Amino acid sequence: MTAPQSAPAQLAIVAHDLTRRFGNFTAVDHITFDVKAGEVFGFLGANGAGKTTAIKMLTGLLAPTEGDAKVAGLDLKTETEQIRRRIGYMSQRFSLYEDLTVLENIALYGGIYGLTNKQISERSSAMLDTLGLRNELVSQLPLGWKQKLAFSVALLHEPAIVFLDEPTGGVDPITRRQFWEMIYAAATRGTTCFVTTHYMDEAEYCDRISIMVDGRIAALGSPVELKQQWGAPSIDDLFVRLARPS
Amino acid sequence: MISTLAAFMTKEVRHILRDRQTLTILLLMPLVQVVLFGYALRSDVRDVRLVIVDPSPDYASLALRDRFEAANRFRIVGVAPTMKAVEPLFKQGRADLAVSIDPEFAPRLESREPAHILIAVDASDPNTGSTMQAYARAVIMSYEQEIEAQKKQPLQITPQVRMRFNPTLESVNLFIPGLIALVLTLVSALMTAISLSREKERGTLEILLVSPLRPWQIIVGKVLPYLGLAFANVLTALLAAWLIFHVAFRGSVTLLLVESIIYSMVSLGLGVLVASLTNTQRVAMLVALLVTMLPSTLLSGMVFPLASMPRILQLLSNIVPAHWFIVIARGIMLKGVGLEHLWRETLVLIGMTLVFMAAAVKSFKARVA
Amino acid sequence: MRILRVLLRKEYLQIFRDKLLLRQMILAPFIQLIVLSSAATFEVKTARLYLVDRDQSTMSRGLADKLTASRRFKVVGAAASMTPANEALLARRAEMILNIPPDFERDLVRTRSASVQMIFNAEDGALAGVTSSYAQQIIAQYAQDLRASQSPSISASPAIQLRTRGWYNQDLDYKHYMVPGILVQLLTLVGTMMTAMNIVREREIGTLDQLNVTPVPRSAFIAAKLVPFLSIALVEFIIGLIIARWLFGVPMIGSLTLLFFCTIIYLVVALGLGLWVSTIVHTQQQAMFVSFFLLLIYLLMSGLFTPVRSMPQWAQWMAELNPVKHFIVIIRSILLKGATFTDILRPLGILVLSGTIVLTLAVRQYSKRAA
Repeated sequence: MTAPQSAPAQLAIVAHDLTRRFGNFTAVDHITFDVKAGEVFGFLGANGAGKTTAIKMLTGLLAPTEGDAKVAGLDLKTETEQIRRRIGYMSQRFSLYEDLTVLENIALYGGIYGLTNKQISERSSAMLDTLGLRNELVSQLPLGWKQKLAFSVALLHEPAIVFLDEPTGGVDPITRRQFWEMIYAAATRGTTCFVTTHYMDEAEYCDRISIMVDGRIAALGSPVELKQQWGAPSIDDLFVRLARPS
Repeated sequence: MISTLAAFMTKEVRHILRDRQTLTILLLMPLVQVVLFGYALRSDVRDVRLVIVDPSPDYASLALRDRFEAANRFRIVGVAPTMKAVEPLFKQGRADLAVSIDPEFAPRLESREPAHILIAVDASDPNTGSTMQAYARAVIMSYEQEIEAQKKQPLQITPQVRMRFNPTLESVNLFIPGLIALVLTLVSALMTAISLSREKERGTLEILLVSPLRPWQIIVGKVLPYLGLAFANVLTALLAAWLIFHVAFRGSVTLLLVESIIYSMVSLGLGVLVASLTNTQRVAMLVALLVTMLPSTLLSGMVFPLASMPRILQLLSNIVPAHWFIVIARGIMLKGVGLEHLWRETLVLIGMTLVFMAAAVKSFKARVA
Repeated sequence: MRILRVLLRKEYLQIFRDKLLLRQMILAPFIQLIVLSSAATFEVKTARLYLVDRDQSTMSRGLADKLTASRRFKVVGAAASMTPANEALLARRAEMILNIPPDFERDLVRTRSASVQMIFNAEDGALAGVTSSYAQQIIAQYAQDLRASQSPSISASPAIQLRTRGWYNQDLDYKHYMVPGILVQLLTLVGTMMTAMNIVREREIGTLDQLNVTPVPRSAFIAAKLVPFLSIALVEFIIGLIIARWLFGVPMIGSLTLLFFCTIIYLVVALGLGLWVSTIVHTQQQAMFVSFFLLLIYLLMSGLFTPVRSMPQWAQWMAELNPVKHFIVIIRSILLKGATFTDILRPLGILVLSGTIVLTLAVRQYSKRAA
């Protein structure tokens, strides 16, 4: 249950016409895309473009109004519980328990995902080492360290896919760089990384990206391809062009 | 300075009006509660389930039984030869009172010897227990008076009983003023407590504190907009009391409205004080609730008469605002008294408002200092 | 289940680290239990009587003396006219006025019949009724005394010797009646609200999503939310019972084991209600308002303050659906009357049914995926 399988299919995520409406407002409008196993996929878009809604659907937190998807080869609507075993999630808001210590948080999620005590203690000490943390109350940690901890906990059970919603929001440039190094390390180990961000420069770090504008996918492909295709010097530039009201 | 305050209050009012959901709750909840509880909370004792224990029935005991049958407060649920039958009925809660008649009832009455009757009441609720006892006693005593009247040389002293301020003796007249106080307190105190603590939590209070607004202006600006809501609650509660429950309104309605507004200010001020002393919304709400709900019901004289409480608690009730308002409300509504009798209580309420708000201002100053 | 154990550990850690919460959940209820139980009494103490004796005769004074001698009445003022008496009644300096007309003695001697007027402050109608009944009894006895003093053949004792016995509460001690009820009220308040706010708080700060993404089964999550508060409430209940016994002398006639068992069932209902509330609100503020609103209705209509049997019919039906009411019946029956399992079968059955319904509803309603 815990060892990452290279997914039987080559595609970690397949989304088809995924839609989400809230009353009259369509937050996500028939998006179709796929993510290859082991790649770093950047899900870009402005604030309010629908990124978080999309990620919530893919992680089984929100039911799609229309459309379907396969995550880790499993159907999103009918096999949600099995999907939950194979994915990790780091939400936009910090969501570990601030009134518990680092080790207590790790032990909690380790236990939930079925790691043995031995595995938990091994991975705990490894994490403390790597992150350079002491075992204190999470509320005492500065923001950057909190984010890194949340990311590591999302990877604790070695999931096949990890969903990261704006992981670098509000942190300093050095921490941002460290984050992306951690993401690469995970990808190298075979974990598919689905990252949403509104920092367009981070697009360059990804294997492939998509850009969401007003709930729709306006561009999809590798950064190099897209820049060539649209004749834009940078993804930033491309985004501005796409987001401009037509 | 006035315009800064006015601008602040306008923003508060907009806030209130915009949150439709909460607004509806705050307007409806008190009304629903007053109506619901006004109907449901009665301490009048009706339908006393009576068991007659009559080991050897004779014409006198049957006559007494008839009296109980005729008395509309009683409902005879059983007649038994001994008290043994009574115990299981009491335990299962199927009977309230047992009247055990002397086996030699008629003979004793005729020979002028004392005839014994035992009233056994399920006193696990002592209040209704003693009331039911009193009713039973009244039936028996009137029967006794009849017997006396038949003897020669009757000598009678007839008491004429007048029940002032509550001719119908309905408990709703007793409860409604307290109920209004309770409902007003809860909603008002919670409203301001939440509003202020939310600003504290979000950090917008900091912004206010460094603005040209003085601390007392912030407090006043937080309280006054809710006064409108509180007044709306007062009106609906009083209307409900009058139209639905036909509670008396002997005295000046204007005075009652004014006093209600003052009382609302006390509660609003209390909410502000609680919020100024706590750190998070959650804590503010819990504290506001604890500090208002149980004291207002139990220590205010709303349900339990203050005269019956231990001295310490009687003293304690003096700091419960609801107590003073209940005295005022009952005075105006039931007795029709005016300010000449209530000036002391009114001053206390005004004093409390000032104390609460001053304390809140003080704690703000401590923050900024 | 290991997952349950891990979740429980987290819940307990969080609860015990939250000092403020602990203080509220533990200290506050007990302080309130003690203070409020002391307040809850309807005991009829001495009624203050204002005497307007316009006869000033031997017989009128005799009547007033007889009332005072009974210890139930105390003369706090006397006047020759009704005006100061009315004033005293209005100003709450007296509860009743005894108005004896000027020809009292003369009428009794000549026509063997006279009347007196008793005026009561009847704001509390029941209290006035009870006081009035005592007064009338004493007046009747006085008439009998007068009769006996005039004709030796007539005895001074009344024709009917009345004895009263209050069962299950010999001394008519209100504490015995109120304390169990107040204890229930506090536990319910704490239990339901804490559960509701706890879950809503997790939703507000975002940790709930983190849990919903994991393979944690719904039942484990709910159990992990209910069990800690259940255990704490049970401990508080035990301490509350100890206080009730030692401080207030509440009798504990029936089986405490049975009571414990019923308490667990009741708490499941109360906490389950908190759980259900948490599924229908979004913010802690709403959780507070809604659970408080519901609780106020449950508590006031439970028969704790006013008897259920005095309520109008529709309210009595509502009370049948009220778990608080049934638990109060159970706790009073067991403690004060020594009721056994078969005696409380009906209310207990209703509690079990409510618990099942509430839990099923809550589990169904709680979904890891938002619709």
